[in-house]
Amino acid sequence: MATELRNMRLYRRRSRRNAIYMGLSLASAAIGLSWLALILGTLVINGISGLSLSVFTEMTPPPGGTGGLANAIVGSLIMTGLAVLIGTPIGTLAGTYMAEYGRYDKLTPVIRFINDILLSAPSIVIGLFIYEIVVARMGHFSGLAGALALAVIVLPVVVRTTEDMLLLVPNTLREAAAALGTPTWYIIAKVAYRAARAGIITGVLLAVARITGETAPLLFTALNNQFWSADLLAPMPSLPVVIFQFALSPYENWRDLAWTGALLITFAVLTLSVLARVLSSKSGGER
Amino acid sequence: MADLSVETTNSLSMNVDRTGALKRFATTDAIFRSLTRICAISVLVILGAIMVSLLEGSWLALGTFGIDFVFDESWNPVTVKFGALAPIYGTIMTSFLAMLLAVPLGLGIAIFLTELCPPIIRRPIGIAIELLAGIPSIIYGIWGLFVFAPFLQKHVQPFLIATFADVPVLNGLFAGPPYGIGMLTASLILVIMILPFIVAITRDVFETVPTVLRESAYGLGCTTWEVTRNVVLPYTRVGVIGGCMLALGRALGETMAVTFVIGNAHRISESILAPGTTISATIANEFAEAVGDVYFSSLIALGFLLFLITFIVLAFARYMLLRLERQAGN
Repeated sequence: MATELRNMRLYRRRSRRNAIYMGLSLASAAIGLSWLALILGTLVINGISGLSLSVFTEMTPPPGGTGGLANAIVGSLIMTGLAVLIGTPIGTLAGTYMAEYGRYDKLTPVIRFINDILLSAPSIVIGLFIYEIVVARMGHFSGLAGALALAVIVLPVVVRTTEDMLLLVPNTLREAAAALGTPTWYIIAKVAYRAARAGIITGVLLAVARITGETAPLLFTALNNQFWSADLLAPMPSLPVVIFQFALSPYENWRDLAWTGALLITFAVLTLSVLARVLSSKSGGER
Repeated sequence: MADLSVETTNSLSMNVDRTGALKRFATTDAIFRSLTRICAISVLVILGAIMVSLLEGSWLALGTFGIDFVFDESWNPVTVKFGALAPIYGTIMTSFLAMLLAVPLGLGIAIFLTELCPPIIRRPIGIAIELLAGIPSIIYGIWGLFVFAPFLQKHVQPFLIATFADVPVLNGLFAGPPYGIGMLTASLILVIMILPFIVAITRDVFETVPTVLRESAYGLGCTTWEVTRNVVLPYTRVGVIGGCMLALGRALGETMAVTFVIGNAHRISESILAPGTTISATIANEFAEAVGDVYFSSLIALGFLLFLITFIVLAFARYMLLRLERQAGN
């Protein structure tokens, strides 16, 4: 009788304790998710009012005037595009070495480790680095420097996904090709790349999503520009830097544009991430 | 007959060509191999170049101030006296406060996702969190500046100041006028920024726990909490620590979210409501306006210090995650 009572008490205590901790877990999920929803909600409410065609067609305005973000959007597109053009080939080839030629090389784990660190290195440090080696030597800020800084951020993302995706390609495919007498480079190009293509593209999309909102590395590489500029050797405007400048300004119209720009960036990043996700799940289904 | 003749000529020409083709294959292969190798090594070169260029840039400042640079609080462009203590303190303090809140919250959400959540909404929530992890930090910064800081200033900070006014240690921590912007605000923005990150990693790590372990604990009659506490957490400890360190590395290096709301004041205040600065915020705010070689070099030296700190934290994180991987492999 006494033991039974004790057992009951123990059982109640345990289930009470379970209820408390699970309640806390539930609460943290509720807090975290509603907090994030709140941010997105405010962003949409504040950003959507300023959204109009002129945002995409007009230059950034002077304080108090009207205008849009066209030059900043184009600047961002140019630098992002260039960064991907520089970062992707190098990254893909590096990932290829790690997964194919150098799979059992002692160098590969070292590169993987360093690459992972580069992947999460503070982006402002990368901006400083490009400032030191490009801007300081050229003597002025430029869109090219901005693109290079972004390329340094693209690189590790692409390296990582390329390696991961190539490692997922079944070895039997490579062996089958090798048995036909195919040289390694041909196997990589025609078998491994094809099997891993969706994954590698996903990596590039994720890299683009990552650099779309990067501000810190552009602050002192591409700087900013009030006007239209497609000259890679001159300072170039970009959406994140314009948002930074406008948000910290005392002018109402600049602040409104900053919200609109923030909404545009968020939308672009979310679209890219969803696209990457769809692509990778599709390739997963095929396998 | 015609067919046969074609075949013989073909095989003949192939025989002739074979050595040439093999040679061509071998050369292409060697070229491609070294090309990929060079690209792979370029990753190492970039990291080395970052180190070297930052060290070179900060040489003047480190030479002028010596080791004092790290322990000096003054930051005065007029008298050209620079010390990194206030930004270092700010960086570590904001990250520490952020981790204090973000780790329990993140673990809570991860536990919710792996143990409690009904399977139908598990995937959508998981995806939502991963998507949020990709939102650029400037978004969090602008929200913090326009929405969160005024809210804290009006509603939360006066309350904190009033509540803890008579409590010995806490009245120092929550002292001073409610600025809205400051260390606490920056920390809270960091929390919301690194939260999706921690959740995504810990959830992945929790999922490495073999179902058998979990089920046998449930089979013994364990409650969900007991399974989490005594099976899941011990099994994944290394990975969870690694994931949290990774988030810490992100928090330490975070620039935009913090720059908006930290207040950029070069001093160390006891109160966490007071404005402060972090390494990255100092660089972002002052780099374009820095005048004079020593000022400039001091900012780069700050960047170098930041890189060192994050490098150590990230290396540790990766080491822990690597250990988990090996454990999972066994």
